[in-house]
Formats: sequence, structure tokens, C-alpha cells
Amino acid sequence: MSLKRLRTKTYLLLALMVLFGSLGNVLLSRGMKETGEILDFSPRALAGAFGKVFMNGSIWLGIWSLLVFFVSYLLLLSWADLSYVQPASAIGYALVAVLGYFMLGEFVSPTRWTGVLLICAGVVLVGRTDPSPSGRGRRASQQAGAPGEGHRGAELETLTLPSPRGRG
Amino acid sequence: MRLVLFISIVILTGTAGDLAVSHAMKQIGGVSLTPSAIFRFLALAFQMVWLWIGIALMATGFFSLLALLSWADVSLVVPATALSYVAGAFGAKFLLKEHVAPVRWAGVLLVCLGVALISLS
Repeated sequence: MSLKRLRTKTYLLLALMVLFGSLGNVLLSRGMKETGEILDFSPRALAGAFGKVFMNGSIWLGIWSLLVFFVSYLLLLSWADLSYVQPASAIGYALVAVLGYFMLGEFVSPTRWTGVLLICAGVVLVGRTDPSPSGRGRRASQQAGAPGEGHRGAELETLTLPSPRGRG
Repeated sequence: MRLVLFISIVILTGTAGDLAVSHAMKQIGGVSLTPSAIFRFLALAFQMVWLWIGIALMATGFFSLLALLSWADVSLVVPATALSYVAGAFGAKFLLKEHVAPVRWAGVLLVCLGVALISLS
């Protein structure tokens, strides 16, 4: 895979991570607010609160969003460096502040704007480096005829997992 | 002193979780983004011990953060957790043997400062 395609793939998954990570948190927060503050901590009241939380649509949407976030994170880490993914995904913080300002008319203090700028500058710098200097990402696409690469990724394409349920 | 100890626990367990998950995913190697490849990737990933160790560590980090927030000042604790970015880069370099170029270090430091500032208010 060319570096360009690898970058495209990396940006796509970073975008999914940022989008579904923030969406998940917002939905969970909305769901918890809808179910109301938990004031009574007796086992019975807690059980009732749990029931209410898990009947809430926003909570489930939030959980699914966070699952999509986590799967994107796992996929991304299969070829990209952690020292690339971790700082790059911080763009989400900046995005949330900017969206809050433009879409919700929230007040953003000068300190927070400075933070937004620093994060953006940092992400630009990190983004200039190769996401996968070891070349793992590029090897993966050429794996078909490349035995002995020592990576389990090579197996992945040809791997047939036993299907316990015998589909069809 | 107790505060510093607890913040360190939050940062270290969270970062250790990321490192463990990253270690597991590196063993699998790059995946193409077709539905069947993603499905097989997940089936393989969830069989890996390091992934579960990572998830357990991340959960520990998360619950320690919640516990810490119940008695400590949010405006101090949350910005301080931005140090995770620096801890993560160190872990990636020394434990995962990633090559962290100077440009990337600079980026990590800026992000760390930025996240600290943004969560200050």
C-alpha cells in the first residue's frame, strides 16, 4: 500500500474515532440526565435506577457509538503507532470546543482557545510523521504472496475461523 | 501527596492499558477495511490476552479517575491527566519500541499542553 493510501485509511479511522467517541459521550450524558439524578443509594433504588438506565434509548445509542469508537481504535492500532494515534485523536477536544462555539453558541474562554490552537498545532506536527514507520500497514496489503513476514496479519487474509454455528 | 499518588495511578493505569492494547494489535498487523477482514480481525483480537489485560487496565484507570473526582478538585485532576500523552509517547518508545521522531515529540508536547489548557476552565 502506498503511503498515500495508508494515510487516507488512517485519517478515515481517526475521523470515525473522534466522531463516535464524542457522540457516544454526549448520548450517554443525555441518557443519564433523562433518567435523573441518583439520590437514593439503597440496593432497591439502585436496581430501579439501573433498570431505567438500560431502558433508555440514548444510553444504548451511546453504548453502540462507543463500541464503534473502540473497534476503530483497535483497527487503527493494528497498523499505526500508538505514539501517532494517541496525540492525533486529541483533535476531538478542539473540535468539540469549536462546534460548541459555532453550533451551540457556547462561551469559549481565551484559555480554551489557546488550548484549541495548541492541540491543532500539535496534531499537525504529529500528522506530518509516518503513521506506520515500521511499514506494518503497507505490508498488510501485500501479504497474499509474502510468507515468513513474521506478522500474524499475513495469516489474517487466509485465516478461516471455524464457525461454531454452521451458517445456513 | 495523596493527590499526586492518585493522579499518577490514573495516568499510569490508563496509559498501561493503551500500551497493552497497542501491543496486542501490533501482533495482529495491518488489516484491510473490508467487512469480512474486519470481522476476522475482531474474532482474532478478542482472543488475545494482551487485549483483555489492556481493557482491564483501562477500566481500572477509568474507575480510579471517578473515585479521585469524588474528593479531588476537577479543575486540577482533569488537566493533569493530559500528562497521559507524554506517558503514552514514552511507553510507546521504550516498551513498544516505536520510533518517535523529534517532530512527533514536539506534537505530543503541544497536544499535552493544549489538552491541559482546554480542560482547565
